[in-house]
Amino acid sequence: MLNFLVKRLLSTLPVLLIVSILVFLMLRLTPGDPAAVLAGDAASIDQIAQIRTNLGLDKSIPEQFFIWAGHLLRGDLGQSYYYKTEVTTLIGQRLEPTVSLAVVTITMAVLIAVPLGVLAAWRFGGWLDKALMGFSVLGFSVPVFVSAYILIWLVSLKLGWLPVQGYKRIADGIGPWAYHLALPAITLSMIYIALIARVTRASVLETLGEDYIRTARAKGLPEVTVLMRHALANAAVPIATVIGIGIALLIGGVVVTESVYAIPGLGRLTVDAVLARDFPTIQGVILLFSFVYVLVNLLVDLSYVFFDPRIRY
Amino acid sequence: MSAISDFEALSVESATVHVQPSAWARVRRNTSVRIGGTVMLLLVLLSLAAPWLGTVDPSLFDPASRDLVPGETGEITTLEGDQLEHRFLMGSDSFGRDIYSRVIYGTQVSLIVGLFTALVALAFGITLGLLAGFLRWLDGPLMRVMDGVMAIPAILIALALVAMWRGSLTTVVIAIAIPEIPRVVRLVRSLVLTIREEPYVEAAISLGTPTWKIMLRHILPNTVAPLVVQGTFICAAGILTEAALSFLGVGLPPDIPTWGNVMAEGRGQFNQYPHNIFFPGIFLAVTVLAVNMLGDGLRDTLDPKMAKRG
Repeated sequence: MLNFLVKRLLSTLPVLLIVSILVFLMLRLTPGDPAAVLAGDAASIDQIAQIRTNLGLDKSIPEQFFIWAGHLLRGDLGQSYYYKTEVTTLIGQRLEPTVSLAVVTITMAVLIAVPLGVLAAWRFGGWLDKALMGFSVLGFSVPVFVSAYILIWLVSLKLGWLPVQGYKRIADGIGPWAYHLALPAITLSMIYIALIARVTRASVLETLGEDYIRTARAKGLPEVTVLMRHALANAAVPIATVIGIGIALLIGGVVVTESVYAIPGLGRLTVDAVLARDFPTIQGVILLFSFVYVLVNLLVDLSYVFFDPRIRY
Repeated sequence: MSAISDFEALSVESATVHVQPSAWARVRRNTSVRIGGTVMLLLVLLSLAAPWLGTVDPSLFDPASRDLVPGETGEITTLEGDQLEHRFLMGSDSFGRDIYSRVIYGTQVSLIVGLFTALVALAFGITLGLLAGFLRWLDGPLMRVMDGVMAIPAILIALALVAMWRGSLTTVVIAIAIPEIPRVVRLVRSLVLTIREEPYVEAAISLGTPTWKIMLRHILPNTVAPLVVQGTFICAAGILTEAALSFLGVGLPPDIPTWGNVMAEGRGQFNQYPHNIFFPGIFLAVTVLAVNMLGDGLRDTLDPKMAKRG
């Protein structure tokens, strides 16, 4: 087990390294001179050259990469061109709203999607099953920003139940925090619910055909026990996998959702950085999101042992 | 001699007659394909017929016709300076532009973006996938790079590339296509690795057929069905991502009428004029839905192996 753990941890290192190289190259091969951008319009040629030396831009690309990666390992993502502060500080300031949104969304999605998927598989071909499959096709096709505006129009403008936009920190109280987060989380969870419910349904449907389900029913177990302990427990691995893969969708959704609801999180920061062509910040945010994505999927891999005792590493 | 030619005649006949018509017939009978295909056909016709559907030039504006509600009549100034009486079927935006015309012309842009995103991703994906499947030394390094690309969420790659290149139709299409390439490469590579073990490929190799000929003649035709399915889904993703980028203000330049741009302009006044966002939003959702249904149907009929996994 420990042996596997170490091996699996090590196996993510090449991926992280390649992600770093890609992100570095993507933005270092930019047309235009970062030093000139940083110096501003009024700078003299000497000043630009000075900045170029300070940033190490006069060195070769591989050299620049190793210097940059060295800083990265020490947790230094460089200076933002636009905000004129450390990128790590910027990310720190914007972390709370995004983590809140993501955690609430994932929790809500799993709590809704898994029971729905189980029920749909249980009554395969019934009205709930058909409705769920229809919803999942819709969930994949209606973009987050369209469903966001439909919900704002209905829930906030017509019914007046929830605020149109904005964010309140947890420090200001759980109530206001949840009140402002509810609509964005509902919006964002729709596509995730579609994804998880669909896989839960397919996976439970497969286990329901197994012999041990018939045995469990034959020995008179209540249907709930059969569904939860026998069917769902054995269908857990694909569900865990899709939750992990869905993080990529979620991150894309966060970028759009935060813009619609004016939430000052990492997604909003990404868009602002792109608009300002603030490359160090773009690099930092992409690296952070990608590392989180890779690490979540590592955790999902490790969780297989817990869900399926047959899997022994 | 005659035995061999008989055998050849037999094998050619059974390969062509049996498989193809039944696959095509299955595709045509599929409900998802029918609905998705019909809607797509309507959208293509709509975008081609845009100039004759009561539209005006989507870039025309008139300060006197700002913020009209749907159905209101106002005036619009042509490039020559003539004042035209115009009925704003979907209202007008805060510049006094006709939203109906912008949405209808936006169909052209979305369909072009979707189509070309799929073509670019498939072209690069097929080339790299064939190379990875055939060249052992390239396989490892190339697939590690693809793993790296897949580890970065798609919209972030598109955002970074758009920030670098600035928005134009070509750059936006390429920026959206790049994160889709790894999936195509993986698909083509896995197909190559399975197909190259088939007896007819072994036979071709033992006859001394050059590698490029084996790729084009024997491998590529067998990848068509799964690639058509994959291409359809990439098309849907491309349309969605372009709209998201434009909506965020980092996609195509604001003067190009796209659904995302119309929605981006409508954001500030959503409270009073929600239709500025709803009309393009409905077109976007219906289009993506149609492409996805087409893809689902094609997958179920052309690629049964993949359908089971989904």
